[in-house]
Amino acid sequence: MPKLTFIAHDGTRRDVEVPVGTTIMRAAVDNGVPGIDADCGGQCACATCHVYVEQNWLEKTGPQTESEQDMLSFAAITKPNSRLACQVAMTDTLDGLVVHTPEGQH
Amino acid sequence: MTTTAMAAARDAAYSVPLASLDMSDPQRFADDTIGPYFERMRREAPVHYCENSPFGPYWSITRYNDIMATDTNHKVFSSKRGITLSEPRTEDVRLPMFIAMDPPKHDEQRLAVSPIVAPGNLANLEGVIRSRVIAIIESLPINQTFNWVDRVSIELTTQMLATLFDFPFEDRRLLTHWSDTATKLPVTDADWDARELELQKCLQYFVGLWNERVNAPPKPDLVSMLAHNPATRDMPPREFLGNLVLLIVGGNDTTRNSISGGLYFLNKNPGEYDKLRKSPAVIPNMVSEIIRYQTPLAYMRRIALTDVVVHDKTIKAGDKVAMWYVSGNRDAEVIENPDQFIIDRPRARQHLSFGFGVHRCVGNRLAEMQLRILWEELLKRYPNVEVVGEPTRIPSSFVRGYADMQVRISA
Repeated sequence: MPKLTFIAHDGTRRDVEVPVGTTIMRAAVDNGVPGIDADCGGQCACATCHVYVEQNWLEKTGPQTESEQDMLSFAAITKPNSRLACQVAMTDTLDGLVVHTPEGQH
Repeated sequence: MTTTAMAAARDAAYSVPLASLDMSDPQRFADDTIGPYFERMRREAPVHYCENSPFGPYWSITRYNDIMATDTNHKVFSSKRGITLSEPRTEDVRLPMFIAMDPPKHDEQRLAVSPIVAPGNLANLEGVIRSRVIAIIESLPINQTFNWVDRVSIELTTQMLATLFDFPFEDRRLLTHWSDTATKLPVTDADWDARELELQKCLQYFVGLWNERVNAPPKPDLVSMLAHNPATRDMPPREFLGNLVLLIVGGNDTTRNSISGGLYFLNKNPGEYDKLRKSPAVIPNMVSEIIRYQTPLAYMRRIALTDVVVHDKTIKAGDKVAMWYVSGNRDAEVIENPDQFIIDRPRARQHLSFGFGVHRCVGNRLAEMQLRILWEELLKRYPNVEVVGEPTRIPSSFVRGYADMQVRISA
């Protein structure tokens, strides 16, 4: 199973392993990783699973979708590497992915 | 609500012809008998057309998943004609505000104010809120009954709002007054006249604050932010008033009623109150459950921009659509035991009360923080606040709340 690392705003690292197809949001919620609220449950209808993808993974995670951009425009501090964690599903090529969670979800 | 009254409401809800159901009737909200009516609509008519209401014809969407789909489809379901079922008497009394706009103007204006409730600024506000909460709690009378709505719910949210606007603190109850004025949906000409008169006073007051701040260096209060942001600094007065009303109501009427509702639900569910006393760590989860169970804004309204088919019903371009959050939050298809108030409910955050999509509540995290701090501090001092009678509810199908709730703290 591919590995995934969450780095919290305070620097705490948490590693999880999840089956292929699992979204980053689901990986966090199901493994009790704090920092992801996921208020809409994964429907790209809020911006409370906002993460920053580590730069060297950006090409593999791909670009933000249009509806994702709509929602991300209301998140607190967005950057070019911002993604909604519910919109990125784990694949074998994402094995080792590192994402950072923001100070708070909004 | 007594068991007999609820049984009567259930009989009535299932015996009237479906077509005659008008959920905009404020009386059912004042009596708190809406539950069985919405239950029937979710089952039998999830996309329901009401042909005659004081606000004209409108559709009701009552299931959780349908509401989510409608709310997130802003290209078909527009907000530009307003967010309540009420239509302005004439165009000149319409209140333009960003919640009643579509992208891109909506986005630009929303972004002018949203930094005030972003995570970084919330952390700055936490200390202020906590000290105010403590002051309010410590001033409460002991061994006497008093109105919780006025002494706690209104006081706390109004103080918070005064801070966000940097509004003169001694005049803060004006904010409460204008909030109440704005949410009372006018029907008659006299209603409209009275409302306009009061709202003009609101505008005048805030124009004074705007004039002070527009020529001063920008500071982090809502008036200064609006006066300095390129997206809002050239707003016509009516649009300034509209956005003020939005911020006042959004920051005031909603959290106020969740503060009252939470205490009421705990009193109605003593097992849950015990659970809370035993494990205060459940508070953040309980806050979400309170907001679901209360649903302080019962619905948001949209207008269809094109003909659209939902569950075999054709909603025509131009038709009004009410998304009943208060019903979706009780939809058993999505929420297990939805009629139960369960403070440690799994996935409590996944309620509809803040809406979803681009119009999702901008102050949601501030609202949650106020409720969380209130319960943390209340529990430390008064682990049992007793509701001594049934509250008086606001007769409104839009704002779901309480006018009066008598409580008692025993020494």
